[in-house]
Amino acid sequence: MNRSTCGLALAGALAALAGSVSAETITVATVNNGDMIRMQGLMAEFNQAHPDITVEWVTLEENVLRQRVTTDIATGGGQYDVLTIGNYEVPIWGAQGWLLGLDDMGEDYDAADLLPAVADTLTVDGTLYAAPFYGEAAMVMYRTDLAEAAGVTISEAPTWAEIADAAEKMTDKDAEIYGICLRGKAGWGENMAFLTAMSHSMGGRSFDTEWVPQYDSPEWVETLTLYLDLMSNYGPPGASSNGFNESLALFQSGKCGMWIDATVAASFVTNPDDSSVADHVGFAKFPHKDGVDNTGNWLWSWNLAIPASSTKAEAAKTFVEWATSKEYLALVAEKEGIANVPPGTRTSLYENPEYLEDAPFAAMTLEAMTAADTQNPSVQEVPYTGGQWISIPEFQAIGTAVGQQFSAAVAGSASLDQAIASAQQLAKREMTRAGYPK
Amino acid sequence: MARAVSTRRKIGFTALAWAVGLLIFFPILWTVLTSFKTEADAVAIPPKFLFTPTLDNYATVQSRSNYGLHFMNSVILSLGSTLLALVIAIPAAWAMAFQPGRRTKDLLMWMLSTKMMPAVGVLVPIYLIFRDFGLLDTRLGLMIVLTLINLPIVIWMLFTYFREIPGEILEAARMDGASLWREIVHVLAPMAVPGIASTMLLNIILAWNEAFWTLNLTTSKAAPLTAFIASYSSPEGLFYAKLSAASTLAIAPILVLGWFSQKQLVRGLTFGAVK
Repeated sequence: MNRSTCGLALAGALAALAGSVSAETITVATVNNGDMIRMQGLMAEFNQAHPDITVEWVTLEENVLRQRVTTDIATGGGQYDVLTIGNYEVPIWGAQGWLLGLDDMGEDYDAADLLPAVADTLTVDGTLYAAPFYGEAAMVMYRTDLAEAAGVTISEAPTWAEIADAAEKMTDKDAEIYGICLRGKAGWGENMAFLTAMSHSMGGRSFDTEWVPQYDSPEWVETLTLYLDLMSNYGPPGASSNGFNESLALFQSGKCGMWIDATVAASFVTNPDDSSVADHVGFAKFPHKDGVDNTGNWLWSWNLAIPASSTKAEAAKTFVEWATSKEYLALVAEKEGIANVPPGTRTSLYENPEYLEDAPFAAMTLEAMTAADTQNPSVQEVPYTGGQWISIPEFQAIGTAVGQQFSAAVAGSASLDQAIASAQQLAKREMTRAGYPK
Repeated sequence: MARAVSTRRKIGFTALAWAVGLLIFFPILWTVLTSFKTEADAVAIPPKFLFTPTLDNYATVQSRSNYGLHFMNSVILSLGSTLLALVIAIPAAWAMAFQPGRRTKDLLMWMLSTKMMPAVGVLVPIYLIFRDFGLLDTRLGLMIVLTLINLPIVIWMLFTYFREIPGEILEAARMDGASLWREIVHVLAPMAVPGIASTMLLNIILAWNEAFWTLNLTTSKAAPLTAFIASYSSPEGLFYAKLSAASTLAIAPILVLGWFSQKQLVRGLTFGAVK
């Protein structure tokens, strides 16, 4: 080896060393769902654009992730540089000072393009604390063939009376077809997500202005009576243990006439690879009570946020900017097809005629999302924001405890009156313990 | 006549034992079967027993996750915590079995009572200690925690085995001039091999399956197979076939270990039960 070769080799080694020293590794905590997994598959593109940043993924089940990142952020553990969190956590954590503001995202980011309904839920005192990765509202998905056979027409903005009537007419238990599939599994993000939104659409509220729980109010009683009637008479067997996935499996295999759930389900039930009813699905808005101008205000988004404890905030911000940009949507459209881009975050996506054509559910999704008013979730005066969740930290515990009572009523192990009384008592006790009214 | 009744009873008991065995084994069998289905077949209603098998889920799991890293972490954590527990538990059980004090029974009960405390109750203090000592997401930190949570069971099991060994043998060794170290290592340990082996196997299984601390104290570097499985569970989207493939890959090593050591395990667990 001559001297110049030696010199070149040394220079190369030094350059490699310098590169490895300057490369930063960020840890991203995320949930396991299709859009997140797709992003992990596109990391080569990110690495190409940002060779100085290495991304390490920690993928966990939603509830495990929530517990894990809550512990870390509350104790300042600093284990993560980017968190995937919901719009329930963002305002609470943002107000606590646990998240970094994302107002300086760069000129190309076009923050004004973010759907206002979603961006509002991620903003505290004018500061955006998380960037939305995908968003969803709730709507009615129904079998057009069964509706036609039963002589039922479901309007674009149905009332609960219409839904109950259609459920009755579409039910054919001998053929194992059930008029309606709803969440029955206990949990604040399970049956209580649905019931809280449903109560809003019936004119109810979860708390009055003094933070007194309202689970025994006439509106909630009416909500629960109808819910129980639908589940017991027109729902599938074992409905008390059905969550999103169980209802999805039932709908895809042709067992449900209607399914009211998150708009993200629309892409699954219309995918002919997985769904046996893909060609016979119609969409309508989340129902409302006749005379009540409220469609539940269900609005959820999975967002990327940077904990204040991160020591690699700049690299983390670069990643968040890339993953939630318009360019990322274009990249997914190019690599995976436009119907697979993460929905519900950017206005420009819903102005793209190609997307509107390829995704039959796009228009209804946008309508459902823009109709959701999380700042005024009830027609009555309330001290909280939200829709299918209530914006206080105690809602997780209250929602789960109350949800167990209502799930028991669906299972038949408690009467509706017992369930309501227990729910009200549990919620009151928890609110008193937490020191409300504050 | 009596023989016919006895044969019938034997057949009846055998059939019942098989039925119970199959019932217990069915969830594992179903998980393995589901791992070879497509996602659509995995959630088909009614459930499909006959289907065209596919290896796609295993391919996806292999490409998405670093199985090797998680597997190695599980091996190191379960073996390391078991050895550490044995090093502490053998002398402790010796002392309690052969030199009991007035409060030995209370001490044993107190140790067991620590298992009754819900783990989540001490999550935050332990998390803070780990944060301050730089033990978060480290194998050493997890090894210490796994050792501590399984230590009461290890001491109890060894104490039970040691009590079956006549104290006179140890006394004889002592009279022959054996030191305490020689007494434990060369006299007690060889006689308690079945007990130590089954304790070790049980502890490995417990450490392998531990999911609360291994999920809460790790992120990526020290995460064992429990974290690997958790990454395939999803409340919004159908991932049952992939989750089953990940579960099968995670439980396969411990199933094989259990299969080959079942005689030892049963012998150890029933040691001293019948006199």
